[in-house]
Amino acid sequence: MSNGNKMEKIDLLVTGVGGQGVVLASDIIGETSLAAGFDVKKTDTLGMAQRGGSVLSHVRLAPKVWSPLIKDGSVDLLLAFEKLEAARWSHYLRPGGIAIVNNYEQPPLSVSLGQEKYPTNDEIAAALKRQTDQVYLVDGTGQAKELGNVRVLNIFMLGCFSVFAPLEVETWKESIARRLPENIREINLTAFEKGRKEIESVRIGKS
Amino acid sequence: MQLLSGNEALALGAYHSGVQVATAYPGTPSTEILENLARFKDIYAEWSTNEKVAMEVAMGAAYTGARAMASMKHVGLNVASDPFMAASYTGIIGGLVVVCADDPQIHSSQNEQDNRHYARMAKIPMLEPTDSQDAYDLMGYAFDISEEFDTPVMLRTTTRTSHSKSVVDVKRKRVVKNPQPTFHFNQQKYIMLPVNALPRHALMEKRLLKLREYTETFPLNQITWGKRDLGIVTGGVAYQYAREVFPEASFLKLGMSYPLPEKMIKAFADQVDKLIVVEELDPFLQENIQAMGIEVTGKEFIPLVGELNTRIVTESSKVAGLLPDSETGKVLPPASGLPRRPPLLCPGCPHTGIYFVLNSIGQRSKLAASKNNGPQEPKLIVTGDIGCYTLGAYPPLSVLDTTACMGAGIGQALGMERAGVKSKVVAVIGDSTFMHSGITGLVDAVYNDGHITILVLDNRTTAMTGHQEHPGTGISAQGRETCAVDIESLARGIGVRDVKVVDAFDLKALRAGVRDSLERPEVSVIIVRGSCAMLIRKRANPRKVDIEKCSQCNYCLGLGCPAIQSVDGQVFIEPTLCAGDICTICEQLCPQKAISA
Repeated sequence: MSNGNKMEKIDLLVTGVGGQGVVLASDIIGETSLAAGFDVKKTDTLGMAQRGGSVLSHVRLAPKVWSPLIKDGSVDLLLAFEKLEAARWSHYLRPGGIAIVNNYEQPPLSVSLGQEKYPTNDEIAAALKRQTDQVYLVDGTGQAKELGNVRVLNIFMLGCFSVFAPLEVETWKESIARRLPENIREINLTAFEKGRKEIESVRIGKS
Repeated sequence: MQLLSGNEALALGAYHSGVQVATAYPGTPSTEILENLARFKDIYAEWSTNEKVAMEVAMGAAYTGARAMASMKHVGLNVASDPFMAASYTGIIGGLVVVCADDPQIHSSQNEQDNRHYARMAKIPMLEPTDSQDAYDLMGYAFDISEEFDTPVMLRTTTRTSHSKSVVDVKRKRVVKNPQPTFHFNQQKYIMLPVNALPRHALMEKRLLKLREYTETFPLNQITWGKRDLGIVTGGVAYQYAREVFPEASFLKLGMSYPLPEKMIKAFADQVDKLIVVEELDPFLQENIQAMGIEVTGKEFIPLVGELNTRIVTESSKVAGLLPDSETGKVLPPASGLPRRPPLLCPGCPHTGIYFVLNSIGQRSKLAASKNNGPQEPKLIVTGDIGCYTLGAYPPLSVLDTTACMGAGIGQALGMERAGVKSKVVAVIGDSTFMHSGITGLVDAVYNDGHITILVLDNRTTAMTGHQEHPGTGISAQGRETCAVDIESLARGIGVRDVKVVDAFDLKALRAGVRDSLERPEVSVIIVRGSCAMLIRKRANPRKVDIEKCSQCNYCLGLGCPAIQSVDGQVFIEPTLCAGDICTICEQLCPQKAISA
C-alpha cells in the first residue's frame, strides 16, 4: 500500500484514555464498514478499564474476518487519541503501517506522583518508528477545543482515519448522524471534516 | 444485517424466541444482555438482588410455562449454583436458559474459572457461540431444547464473544408460545423431597442419554472439511482463532459442547491423520474426547491460563510442530519503560474522601512503602469487596487488605476479629454489593456479637458495571419506580445499634465517624453517602491551585484524583476533569488553603 492509497482490508487499532470516546468512534467505524459491504469484527476493553484507564478497540474489516483480535505486528493503522497510548500499542503495527496520533498528553497518576516519567516526544516517535515512518501527528484536542467542545475529538480522529479507509464520505456522514443525537450532530460533522482536512494538510507537508 | 455484540445478539435472540421473563445481576461481561432486553416493554425484565435470586425468579416463571432467562457472569453462577442444580432436577415447563459469561484473562473479575464444568455437573446441555450470529441463532435452539428435554439449558459465552461485535443476519420475529402462563399442581416434579428427588435424578440420566443422541444431529455442530492431515475440534471464540491460524485444516466446530456428539467426533477423528483440540482455559473438550478412547492433544501446547489469540495459537502450534518455524514474523516487544495507566477512581468519586481518611488513620501509605521489609501488621485492617471501590487498593490510597468475592469482606472482617488480631478491623462494601450478599454477613456479625466497623459506600448505583439500578435505588431495570430498600432501617432492623449516615464529601465528618466507630465494642455501620460522580451532569466551579499559597507539599496528590496533576513539581487541577462543587475534598484537606474555586 503506498502512502494514503485506499486499502482493501484494514486491521485497525483505536486507542486512548477512558472518557475520550474511543468505543463510540470504533463503533461508528464498524457500522460504516458494514454499510459499505465489508465483513466486520470489533472488540473493546470494557469493565475496569473504563475508569480513566487505557482503552483499546480492535476493528477489522475485510471480505471475511475470523478472529476479532488483531495479531500483534499486523495492524495496518493505529489511531491514537493520546500519545502515550500510541507508544504503548506501537508493537502491534505492521512494518510500514500508519500511525495517526493526537498530539495530546494526559499524564497517568504515577507520572503526577513522580513515580514514573511521561515519555518524551522523541521516545514516542522512536517507539513508532521501530515499525514505520508513516506517522501523522495531528492536533485533535486543540481543534476540538477550537470548535467549542473537547468531546468531538473522537469524531475528528474518525475524520483523520477516513482518509485512508475504503469507504465513501457520505457513508461516514450517514453513520455519524445515525449514532449522534441531533443537538451535537452538526458540530461533530464539522469535526469530521476538520479531521479529513488535517490529514490532507499534514500529508502535503510531508511530501 | 446488523453489527451486534454477542450480548446484544443474545438479547435479541431471546426476545425473538419469545422470552417473557428475564433476570440478571450485573456483572462484566454479561451486563448488557439484560440491559438490552429491558428496553423491550412487552417482556418482564428485572435486576435481581443477586444471581441466586435471579435464577429462582426465572425458575418460577419457567414452571408456569413462560419462557425465562437468567444471565450472569461466571462467578455469578457460583452464587446461583444452588437453584441451578435444583432446576436441573425439577426440570421446567417453559424454556429456561441460563446465560453465563466467563472471563478468560480476568479482564474484570476475581478469577477465570471455566464454567463448562457446571454443565457436566448439572447434567444439562450447554451451547457455546463462536460469534454474534451464533449467539443469536443458538438462543433460538436453547429455548427449544429446554422445552423438548424438560431441562434448563446453559448458554456459555466468554468476554471475547460477549464483547465483540460481528455481523448478524437477524432472521426471526418474536413469537410467544404460551401467552397465558399457568402453574399446574405437580408435587413429584416440583417438591425436591428425597422421595421425589431420587426418581428425578433417574429421569435426568435418561434425559442425558436422549441429549447424547440429539447432539449428533444438532445443526450447529458442524464439520468443515479441508486437508485431512490435521483435524481441529474447537468451539467458542477459539474456533475463530484456529480458523485464522489453520486456513487449510479440517474443522469440527461444536455449537453444543455438552453433551458431546461422540459418533460425530469419532467419525471426524477417523478421517484425519492428527486430531487436536483448540480451547480456552481447561481441557474440557479434550478430556471428554479422551474419555471416548480417542487420541487427541491440545493442552500439551495450548495454554491453560488466560485468553487465546491468533498469536498464542500460532506460537503454541509451532512448538507442537503443527506449523513450520519459518512462519515466524519478526515480533517487536512492547515499547519499554512506559508508565502504566491503571483504572482509577474518577474525579468527584464519593469513595475518595473516605479512603483518604482510612489511609491516614491506618497510616497505610507507610505500609505500602515498606512492604519489602518483612511482615507488616496493618494498624487498621480493611477487608474489601467487589466494585469500583476495589480500585482503592492501588496507591496512593492503598487502603484494602483483601478482596475475594461478592460480600466476602464482612465475614472476613469478623473472622479476623474473632481470631484475635490486635488491630481494628473495618469492612468496606458498596451499596449494590451489600444488597447482593452483604446482608447475611451483617446478620452474622450482629448475631455473634462482632466488634467490627462496616462501611457501606452508598453511591446510589451499581457503578462498576455501568450504573445499573439495585434494590436501594427503588428504580427497576425497566425504569419503573418501585420500593427502595432503606439501608439504615435494614441495618437497625438487623439489630445494629450504631448506624451513622455520613456525607461522602465531608472529610471532617468522615474522620470523626470512623474514629468513633472504631472505639465502639459492638458492630458499627457507617453509611457513606454520595452519588457516583458519573451520574452527576452538573459540573460547576472546578477548583484551582493558588501557586502563591501552594507549598508543594503534594498532600493533595495523595487523593489519587485524576484531575490533580503535577508538572515539574507544581501541582495543578485540570479544569476539564475536576468535578467542582460536588466534591471539594482537595480544598478541604489542603493545609495551606491554596485550593479554591
